[in-house]
Amino acid sequence: MEKEKLLAHETLFADIIRAFKENKTALFGLIVVVILVVLAIFAPYVTPYDPYEIDLNNRFSKPSLNHWFGTDMFGRDLFTRVIYGARISLAIGLIPSLIAVSIGAILGVVSGYIGGRLGYWVMRMADVVMAFPSLLLAIVVMYTLGATLFNLFIALSVVGWAGAARVVRSQALSIREKEFIEAAKAIGVKDIKIMARHVFPNCLPSLMVLFTMNIPDAILSEASLSFLGVGAQPPTPSWGLLVSNGKEFLFSAPWVAILPGVAIFITVLAFNFIGDGLRDAIDPYLKG
Amino acid sequence: MMKEKVSADVVARVRAQMHLDDPWIIRYFRFLWGLLHGDLGTSYKLQRSVTDLILQAFPRTMVLAFSAALVSWIIGIPAGILSAIRQYSVTDYFFMGFSLAGVSMPVFWSALLFQYVFALKLGWLPVAGFYGWRYVIMPAIVLGWSSAGLIARLTRSSLLDVMRNDYIRTARSKGARELAVITGHALKNALLPVVTIMAIQVASLLSGAVITESVFGIPGSAESRSMPLKAGICRCFKVLSFLPRFSSSWEIWWPISCILS
Repeated sequence: MEKEKLLAHETLFADIIRAFKENKTALFGLIVVVILVVLAIFAPYVTPYDPYEIDLNNRFSKPSLNHWFGTDMFGRDLFTRVIYGARISLAIGLIPSLIAVSIGAILGVVSGYIGGRLGYWVMRMADVVMAFPSLLLAIVVMYTLGATLFNLFIALSVVGWAGAARVVRSQALSIREKEFIEAAKAIGVKDIKIMARHVFPNCLPSLMVLFTMNIPDAILSEASLSFLGVGAQPPTPSWGLLVSNGKEFLFSAPWVAILPGVAIFITVLAFNFIGDGLRDAIDPYLKG
Repeated sequence: MMKEKVSADVVARVRAQMHLDDPWIIRYFRFLWGLLHGDLGTSYKLQRSVTDLILQAFPRTMVLAFSAALVSWIIGIPAGILSAIRQYSVTDYFFMGFSLAGVSMPVFWSALLFQYVFALKLGWLPVAGFYGWRYVIMPAIVLGWSSAGLIARLTRSSLLDVMRNDYIRTARSKGARELAVITGHALKNALLPVVTIMAIQVASLLSGAVITESVFGIPGSAESRSMPLKAGICRCFKVLSFLPRFSSSWEIWWPISCILS
């Protein structure tokens, strides 16, 4: 009886996926993100316009069947620019979050498992990073390195790792005390292998949550930095930059500022749905 | 900070003036010594003391951040309480949707939406500038909404957690009314983690304030355009964000809540 029950029990990840599937808002978020990814990848096939093509006869035309989102102050098709902007925002959401969470994971596991003086200093460094309001730290990094898209990746990675390191460290601290770690030590497994094979995989569920929760933050930070002028530079069709360009014409042509903002809002909302759903799906395992 | 074609002796003069030829360790201690005396250096562009510039701009940023914090507490805590006591009802979904929307909106965009609707279309509030309390309302609401979501979600989950405890059942079974159970027993414990977050949140509102300022044309910390000034502002923000973490720590609030109850 006991054995059958154990056999019927699925793997941890299958369980998590099932719980996630039952969450309607999370699935909705996932669908929105998939649509966005498809639009971003196939952007040249989705729209007949070029995102950089200037058409001065067509400045500020209202949203219509030809121009779904209207055109901006240079007559560029706004829908096209928003679709191409999705490439930037998705890349900014995914890559720096991945880098930040990876750095956080490595430092967290090492400082949690080995502890001691090394762990202490890693955590003090994390404290220093966390003490800065994240956006201001990103602004300072961008000022120092120069405002390019590549530096944005660096700035957002620098800002994001500390939170991940803290969470992972606290998990590694509790995993270190488990019996299977003691067993591994007893048969003479090296520390580095224990960290990679035993401690790290047990931190994976919370790393997944951290990663998905980081994506909307990174997208919003990129948009804010570009809006302030220290992120992507014109004529890059970054969403924050599109809103910033449109704000001068808020009264005469409100769609130029408002519609790219809708794109940011929907994307961030979708990722938040996914993050919440994933957290709810994984939470029982973190507590148990 | 200098134009590209400058003669060698001008470069040398500026280097000497800024003590750039000293070894870095001496420059570092000179900087620390200045910091201890409240000297944060000179702005390259404005040629004025950074400390003066910050003292001029900072109060505006603080006013904005604190009024935004106030807005987020006034919206967030009641919204969280209402959705917790009516879990899975329409009220709950409405408030949770409202707060998730607040978290997901870029501040600069909602600021533009507010400007468009309330200033340009309805004409209720001034569009931009900083000449009195009417100018703070819109930025504070915009910024406050963005963090009200966090407060509301935290209040809700913390209150739901507390409501499952045995002492709540005891309170109910001795015949206390629901309102008394919530305000007298549940809220006191549920709000502890919220208070901690509220304090940390003031610090993050400071960086949100920078964006809001730039949209609403408030001459605060967002105006800084040169590196020493930026660094100086960052240092001030850093000290400020450490303070609430201290003051919200458990050791300080525990005796206070003991005395109150």
